[in-house]
Parts: sequence; C-alpha cells; structure tokens
Amino acid sequence: MKRVVITGAGTINSLGHSVPATLEAMRDGRCGISELEFRDVERLAIKIGGQVRGFEAEGRFNRQQMTLYDRFTQFTLTAAKEAIEQSGIEFHGDLAARSGVVLGTAGGGVSTWDDNYRSVYEDGKNRVHPFVVPKLMNNAAASHVSMEHNLKGPSFTVSTACASSNHAMALAFQMVRSGAAPTMLTGGSESMLCFGGVKAWEGLRVMSKDACRPFSANRNGMVQGEGAGVFVFEEYEHARARGADILCEVVGFAMSSDASDIVMPSKQGAARAMSGALADAGLNADQVGYINAHGTGTAANDKTECAAVADVFGPHADELMISSTKSMHGHLIGGTGAVELLACIMALRDGVIAPTIGYEEPDPECALDVVPNDARNAKVDVALSNAFAFGGLNAVLALKRV
Amino acid sequence: MSITERVIAIIAEQAVLEPSDVTPESTLEDLGIDSLGLVESIFAIEEEFDITVPFNANEPTASDFDISNVAAIIAGIEKLVSEKV
Repeated sequence: MKRVVITGAGTINSLGHSVPATLEAMRDGRCGISELEFRDVERLAIKIGGQVRGFEAEGRFNRQQMTLYDRFTQFTLTAAKEAIEQSGIEFHGDLAARSGVVLGTAGGGVSTWDDNYRSVYEDGKNRVHPFVVPKLMNNAAASHVSMEHNLKGPSFTVSTACASSNHAMALAFQMVRSGAAPTMLTGGSESMLCFGGVKAWEGLRVMSKDACRPFSANRNGMVQGEGAGVFVFEEYEHARARGADILCEVVGFAMSSDASDIVMPSKQGAARAMSGALADAGLNADQVGYINAHGTGTAANDKTECAAVADVFGPHADELMISSTKSMHGHLIGGTGAVELLACIMALRDGVIAPTIGYEEPDPECALDVVPNDARNAKVDVALSNAFAFGGLNAVLALKRV
Repeated sequence: MSITERVIAIIAEQAVLEPSDVTPESTLEDLGIDSLGLVESIFAIEEEFDITVPFNANEPTASDFDISNVAAIIAGIEKLVSEKV
C-alpha cells in the first residue's frame, strides 16, 4: 500500500476566500455567519447563514464560462486553483492520464434549479437557457475541474448529504493508497443559500434563527453555510521526488451506515466509523489529539457524537480536544468535511486548534474539551475528521502530522 | 433596429465579434460558433423575438429552419415573426 499525503489545499467559504484567510479567521475565532442577502429572503423564517461575500465571479470567469458555472462550480474551481497552485503540480502525460477528481456535493446546482423553477413557475416563462442541465448537474464541478486542469483519470461526484466531502476524500485516498492513481483532486462544495435551498431546510425545524452553538447547553440548531474545499492528495514518494511541501498525511478512513433512521443520528454508527478509521490507520485511540467534530449544533447530533467519542476513546476522551468549526463557517452540507479538514491540517501542521465559538453553557451530555471560544496552541500528532450524514451514512478520516 | 440588425447583434455576441464582422454570407462555422453555441444563439433569438424556432440539435439539417448561413437564419426568423399571431 502507498502512503498518501496532502500537498495542496484551497478553499472559499464565509470565513475567507483562501486557505490562509480561513485559517486566520479560525485562529481568531471569527464568525462568518450573518444576515443572508438574496432574493425573497424576507419570506424565510431563517434569515442567517455563512454566506460567501465579495466573491466577484464575473471578474474570474468569462461570459461563456458564466453560462455554464453554477455558484457551486465557481466555488469549486476557485478552491481547486488555489490547491493546485500551492501544490505546484502540473498534470500532463501519464500523470494526467491517471489522476482524477472526486468531489462531494449534496445539492449540486441548487441556485440553478431555483432560478429556473422561479422563471417557469412564478414568472410563467416557457423557455429556459440551453445549459440549465449541464449547469445544475451534481458532477458539473468535478467535470470542470478535470477540464480546467487536464485530469483524465477516475473522476466522479459523491452525494451523501452532509458526509459527501468525507466520502469523496475517502475514495480519493483509497485510489492513491491502492496505486490506482498517483494523485487525486478531492474535497467538495455546496451552494444552497438561495430561497429554495434555505426554505427546504426550514421545513425540518432544526435550524437556528440566531447562531450555531455546538455542544453548548443552549444550542438551538444548525446554520447553513456555503463554499468549497479542494485538496491535492498525492502518493508520498511522488510528492517527495518533486520536492513538494507536505501539509499532512492521510492515514486511514472508515465508512459506516446506521441502517436505522433517515434523519436521527446513531451513536453506534458514529462510533463504528471512528474506531474503523483508527483501525484502518493502525492507530491506538490514545494517539488522537484532536477531532474535528461533525458538531452541527442540533440537540440530537452533538450529544450523540459526544457519546460515541466517549465509547470509542474511553478515558482518553477526556484528554483529547474536539471542536466544531461549523460555529464559524456554518454547515456547508456536502462541502462541509472539506472545509473542516483545514482545521485538522492547522492542528497538525501549525499546532493551533480551532475553537468552537458561541459556546455559552456547559451541557452534561457534551462533557468533552470542546475548545470553547478561543483557539489553543497544542501539539497534535493525529487528528480525526467526522461527518455523519442524514440517511445514517458516516465517514471519518484519520490524518497524521508529517 | 431591424430584424437583420437584431439577429446579427445576437450572433456577433455569441461569436465574440463586432456586428460589422458578421455578413449575410457568413456561415456559423466561419464565425466559430459550434453546436452548443448554435443552441445558445437560438435560445437568445427566441427570447428576443418571442418565437419558437423549430430546431432539433440532433438533426440540424432535417429541421425546417435553415442555418446554412446568416442570411438564411435571418430569412427564417423574418418568416416566423410574420407568422406570429
């Protein structure tokens, strides 16, 4: 089996339009959640979200590209460009032929669906732009990354709700580890912050109207975010041979299915994914210093996740740190695991643990070190990144300092 | 603007050319408009004139609508506009 390392990272989200800007915001414990701004927002009960501001797509993409790129594709291409530039990798010849793109998204081109449904239903139009289908399809972002960067190997999109990015990155990891591909672009993106995208979530009655406060006793729900995270996963010897800067190593993953309920989380399913990732990586539980929690800020997730951590880690659960950066960037749904992986990289590489902000009251059912409100300096050798999706589909990645 | 001027403006925008570079004799191939560009042009024309152009991208030559050059496209649109109730 090959070793797999991360040699490039890119992002755009409500905390920043790049990895350095995002990590700085996480270090400072800044909140990217604010009043939503888009058409018909006044008809929503939920009016806050982690919206990307000041993103001038028109200046980045030409007119023809704009007709084909939904906002989730725009985010993906922006993040992919940053990741590839940082990595310094160029795809040509055999490397291009064998390297691919695996990305996660839950909704794909949600605002394209929304805009065009509004046009035909509300405005009564009988004609839509010819590129509606290629713009909204869930694989549009992966395809455009492959075209833009000449990646001709295995490329596809994974859609497992809130675990989409972690499932995508797990598959990319598996491909590089097995030798099927020398390099993979992976991560995910989401852009659901439009009227229909938020209205659908409102229906579930799990959204907070004021803030995302994971693990806090007074938490009252999740807050949506948007953006993308993209990484270059590369075979270790390949990365070393070209003198690449290695951000961290991906050492294991596991996926599990609760097989129980379409929305309620399961302690057993989450625990099996975490312990499975440790087993896959050949790690002992006490080597883990940091967990980036799924930590949605809902009553159900946070207590279930904490109970699962307690089960898997035993007494060590009280020694490790676990934080939810969703408190800052919101829940990016299918793109969330990708942006959250940045917090794991920061922990391993910079020794800075991103905080859980908005933490106000201890909850006895979430009695772990959730790194409340302020970032912390700590040396971490191994980090886990959790994602537990609706549908009971769980994916956990294990990362190691190099 | 006349129908001719409006159609040429749409085609020129699609081809990223000046309207003066688009002549009645120009073919879509001359102008560098590919099959997707053609579908987009037809969409823009339908929007502009509020007409439905009988065009199927699977069989471009079998359609009633002649796209062999700009003059043919303009003639076809003039006909569709005149038939509008």
